[in-house]
Amino acid sequence: MLPRSADPAAGELKFRDPPTARALTGALARLLAQIGRAPVAVMHVCGSHEQAIAKFGLRAVFPRGLDVIMGPGCPVCVTDCPEVDEAVVLAGQGVRIATYGDMLRVPGTAKSLADAQAEGARVHVVYSVAQAAELARTTAEEVVFFATGFETTAVATAAVILRDPPGNFSVLSAHKYIPPVMEIVAEMPGTRVEGFLAAGHAATITGWGIFERFVDRHRIPVVVAGFEPLDILAGLVKLLEVIHDGRPRVENMYPRCVTRDGNRRAQEQLWKVFRPMGGRWRGIAHVPNGNLRLRDEWAHVDARRRFRIDVSGLWDEAPPSLAQHCICGDIMAGIASPTDCALYGKECIPDAPVGACMVSSEGTCKIWHQYGGHPDLRSVG
Amino acid sequence: MRTRGPLVDERVSMKHGAGGRAMRALIRQVFAEGFAQAPVDGIGLDAMDDGAALRLGDQWLVVTTDSHVVHPIFFPGGDIGRLAVAGTVNDLAMMGATEVLALTCAVILEEGFSRADLERVQKSIRDTCQEAGATIVTGDTKVMGKGELDGIVLNTTGIALTGRVVPDSGLLPGDRIIVTGTVGDHGFAILALRRGLELEGDLRSDVAPLNDLVRRALAAADGALSAMKDPTRGGLASALSEMAQKSGVGLILEEGKVPVRPVVRAAGELLGIDPLHVANEGKAVLGVRPEAAERVLAALRAHPQGREAEIVGTCIAEHAGSVILDTGVGRRLLSEPEGELLPRIC
Repeated sequence: MLPRSADPAAGELKFRDPPTARALTGALARLLAQIGRAPVAVMHVCGSHEQAIAKFGLRAVFPRGLDVIMGPGCPVCVTDCPEVDEAVVLAGQGVRIATYGDMLRVPGTAKSLADAQAEGARVHVVYSVAQAAELARTTAEEVVFFATGFETTAVATAAVILRDPPGNFSVLSAHKYIPPVMEIVAEMPGTRVEGFLAAGHAATITGWGIFERFVDRHRIPVVVAGFEPLDILAGLVKLLEVIHDGRPRVENMYPRCVTRDGNRRAQEQLWKVFRPMGGRWRGIAHVPNGNLRLRDEWAHVDARRRFRIDVSGLWDEAPPSLAQHCICGDIMAGIASPTDCALYGKECIPDAPVGACMVSSEGTCKIWHQYGGHPDLRSVG
Repeated sequence: MRTRGPLVDERVSMKHGAGGRAMRALIRQVFAEGFAQAPVDGIGLDAMDDGAALRLGDQWLVVTTDSHVVHPIFFPGGDIGRLAVAGTVNDLAMMGATEVLALTCAVILEEGFSRADLERVQKSIRDTCQEAGATIVTGDTKVMGKGELDGIVLNTTGIALTGRVVPDSGLLPGDRIIVTGTVGDHGFAILALRRGLELEGDLRSDVAPLNDLVRRALAAADGALSAMKDPTRGGLASALSEMAQKSGVGLILEEGKVPVRPVVRAAGELLGIDPLHVANEGKAVLGVRPEAAERVLAALRAHPQGREAEIVGTCIAEHAGSVILDTGVGRRLLSEPEGELLPRIC
């Protein structure tokens, strides 16, 4: 058979190297013993981190006593009901809605965009905001891009808005901004989180310097990490080192992509188009400065100002009774696991999701379900 | 009245044809229940194996049937005709029956189907039969109106005799798992064609009759082959899950050992689809007693269809019914694909 070295995919494998992984998990166990108490809980705030942790089965090699919790890192999941309602109402008014595929089945107060589509509304799945703008160019009808995602995705939305999109194109922004929600988690009464693993791709744009103020204020360390298994393991080793030495600071473990200042041009574009605003994150809380909304000078492409969107009509319909048992909120806040939910894997599965966490490929429940749940495999074989 | 669980669907959806849990549940709930009362001497519908095995004196008559709805009907590496013959011959072979007695072939055509295409399919059926040492002894032809069917549907039935049946369910703790070559080739070839993906390298279906390869493996194993299955729809993940569940053993699969063509790996990363979840049409998974594993592996590798065979896993007593994937850097349970990855793949 083909020798492994002749495999063109082998280049990427340097970040998946088993001996290095074993050395790093050994270091995790030693550091945890040095810290001398358990459990030590750390949080990441990114669906891609959870994807990699689950896909590569890293929880089976984390030492017992190290809890790696996924926080509110799924932008689809934290999109609040009233935001979905706005898109559903617009779709019902005959406006064409373009959005990412994951958003279709996210439940609103009474229905999802998929339900609206089944009732005849026109909802288009797009892979990028640019594709939504292209769609607008092919029609005279109004096209609204229902924009979700964190600052990484918001940058792309900003770039399209700045590039003079067609006159029938507008944006319904449900974009969210991660740094403020880390403050919320840090300030939650009784929070167990002793350190954050920050998402490398978001930090590519914001720069790691953005976390310095957070560390100063909360005395909780932040380590920026990439998404390959060794990136995550090395990030966790660094995080335990910093927790152990008791000098909270920001460490950058993704230097091949992330700098202190980040991508200045992208930041300029982001803040030229958006302003941070307080708003609810589904299941979490009101997050001061957690929502990204269009600035006044972009009113002409802001769907909220271009259309009258009255969502109150949806509130007469009661939410489905199953949804009342859904604990997505606690899962996103990092205080519960999918396996704590009575619906997980039973009434709530990817084919028939009850909560947003089972809809999105970045949702904790969907990821756990996709990669076999989390039985303890540490002692097998 | 039959009690219905919360997940019984009132209507058939595409996931019921995907070869995974939903399909098995549908068969169990709708079909297998009705026939369980009439037990057969041997392996019947309730075993939900690759085919049935009926006792005939000191021999076993193995019977299997298969319908083919692949779209498009011609694809790199094969076509619907080759798929039909290979699929049926392989289902027989997976039961240990490598000497095909006869095949049947029923064809349902859509009004307006091209005669030239039909002849091309027929030639492919003939060539593949020759390759497998099989022949078609009877058939049936129906035509449906335009739009009542998409082009062509083939159904093939096969029968074969064998002295010893190899079931899905014979795995024991300690058994080694062998896969006879690269996985994901068929599914990604169809996927790339349908999505118009252009990738460097050659994405070709592996569709082929495997009875000669299996004949060699059976001879080398000399009774030490404990289970066998072809990883078609649902891929290696579904085949292994089913074998582990039916055998009541756990299974550790070493991801790094599973042969995957670089172009398939690249397509998988690009599309976010795990090659372990993707259909094969010319591969087999074998469970072998540990002492015979190297011997069987050598016999497979000596055959042109088995050159890339690898020992990829081991059965364990714990975690019965589960497949544990060792990723090299960690471990997790390998789940079967959820819903329909790609309809009309075979």
